[in-house]
Amino acid sequence: MPETERVSPTDIRRVAELANLELTTEEESRMRRDLNAILDYVAQLGELDTAQVEPMAQVSEVLVAPEEAASEKLSVLRDDVPRPCLDRERVMAAAPETDGVFFKVPKVIER
Amino acid sequence: MTAAAGSVEGIRSAIAKGETTAAAVTEIYQARIAGEDPRIHAFLSVDREYALAQAARIDDMAAKGESLPKLAGVPFGIKDVLTLEGFAATAGSKILEGYRPPYTATAVRKLADAGAVFLGKLNCDEFAMGSSNENSAYGPVHNPHDLERVPGGSSGGSAAAVAAGMAVATLGTDTGGSIRQPASFCGVVGVLPTYGRVSRYGLIAFASSLDRIGPFAATIRDAATVLGVIAGHDVMDATSSPLPVPDYTADLDRGVKGMKLGVPAEYFAEGLDQEVRAAIEAGIERLRAAGAEIRPISLPHTRYAIPTYYVIATAEASSNLARFDGVRYGLRAPQSDTLAGMYRRTRDLGFGAEVKRRILLGTYVLSHGYYDAYYRKAQQVRRLLTEDFLGAFREVDAILTPTAPTPAFKIGEKSDDPVAMYLADIYTVTASLAGICGVSVPCGKSRGGLPIGMQILGRHFDEAAIFRVGQAVESL
Repeated sequence: MPETERVSPTDIRRVAELANLELTTEEESRMRRDLNAILDYVAQLGELDTAQVEPMAQVSEVLVAPEEAASEKLSVLRDDVPRPCLDRERVMAAAPETDGVFFKVPKVIER
Repeated sequence: MTAAAGSVEGIRSAIAKGETTAAAVTEIYQARIAGEDPRIHAFLSVDREYALAQAARIDDMAAKGESLPKLAGVPFGIKDVLTLEGFAATAGSKILEGYRPPYTATAVRKLADAGAVFLGKLNCDEFAMGSSNENSAYGPVHNPHDLERVPGGSSGGSAAAVAAGMAVATLGTDTGGSIRQPASFCGVVGVLPTYGRVSRYGLIAFASSLDRIGPFAATIRDAATVLGVIAGHDVMDATSSPLPVPDYTADLDRGVKGMKLGVPAEYFAEGLDQEVRAAIEAGIERLRAAGAEIRPISLPHTRYAIPTYYVIATAEASSNLARFDGVRYGLRAPQSDTLAGMYRRTRDLGFGAEVKRRILLGTYVLSHGYYDAYYRKAQQVRRLLTEDFLGAFREVDAILTPTAPTPAFKIGEKSDDPVAMYLADIYTVTASLAGICGVSVPCGKSRGGLPIGMQILGRHFDEAAIFRVGQAVESL
């Protein structure tokens, strides 16, 4: 067991709020227990010295040499040209509440 | 129907020669689903009429003597995280109950264009998060080899459907092992294509830098044929590769003579079940006898793969799953007075425990003050893990490992301990992080009759090599 818990009750409530999740008191304590167990396991990454290692966000970064990736001809970005998108009617058909043009939601601003 | 007729090419050619019809084949598989699936629960939805209409189009072509496409009349199942316009796509979650997507995934469209018949959508862990299929909101899948055991996850339905003969091939998805591990547990072939080889358009996203779509089938040849159909560039997925797609079946029978195959010590260490070890080592010896050069190699950062994976995958998941908020599709919690309250109640009602756990963990590792310690650190270790593979592939043509540390475990055995469950993916997450390709191929059974899978890993875009080795393992 770690000397101090990584995730406190305050932390779990703050993270739940950031994630737009509602947790019951019971869920809150179980999730806190699980997150602490997982983060204790994750802590072993600290054994590695990564000061000189570039973070890797995408597989494409390792497929071509950096000088090639920088060149125009190997750019993986598509041309910025408008294309047709999904039909509004079909998209709106899947919405819980709509007037056919907009998505309807409960009130956002208190008056 | 004979065994050969149950293969992709067997079915296509039998229909072309007029020995059977696509409608008759479809009905055979629909009858199997009706007979077997009440015990296995691989399918979340079936549509008999839709499948028979697809089959009728093939039979029309055959009657006119037209040449039939590659997958003509072949019965398929599709994991329920992939969209087919107008069909339910639950992702195994209550939050998407009743959702009918307005578009079709590219991989699914390519199957349809090649003449495939869709029997239905397949059960999986909620949002593909799990290693046992116990996290499906619609109930677990049972392993056809032992109904008290899990089929693996998250593509448990996709693996079980092929194993039980309820589909000739299926599509699954793999973010940390979700194709390969259930293939191993169910005794079928499961392919993790190179990242970028198959378009992700229409895949309900879990972790976008890791998610891949791939086939399950009974044989390497069938899996290779299906991959050839679904692979290729797609303007709808910016990470899909423009590299040409080779004929993956061309080299299957070349054998392994002269191939250099690496065996990493780190995958045969503590925690590996003795029967799995014996089966994989026996498979390796047979490959040596068939002419392969077996070389010991080292992938030194392997032990850091699970923690790295669970930071990166959950961080991306917390971002991807923010879209499920009751506004545009799926569930909306009733009677909320405010927008914020509606978001929270919808997500509380709609998400299961494992999804909430991963969203919380992902939000935590991305939050202010922890980003560098967890997320950035994990991305750095991801590069080290990838460099391990790039180094190894300068010495060897493919790498041989067990797919999973044990055969299929019992339903309920690990469901209360997330870390123990995550360790079921210990041999599969490495290839996920590195973006390389892999396949799990059946390689023996335990004394109790449970399947054991060998994982064959290959260089980026060198699926042909792992299929060649897989074919050799299959025929040993």
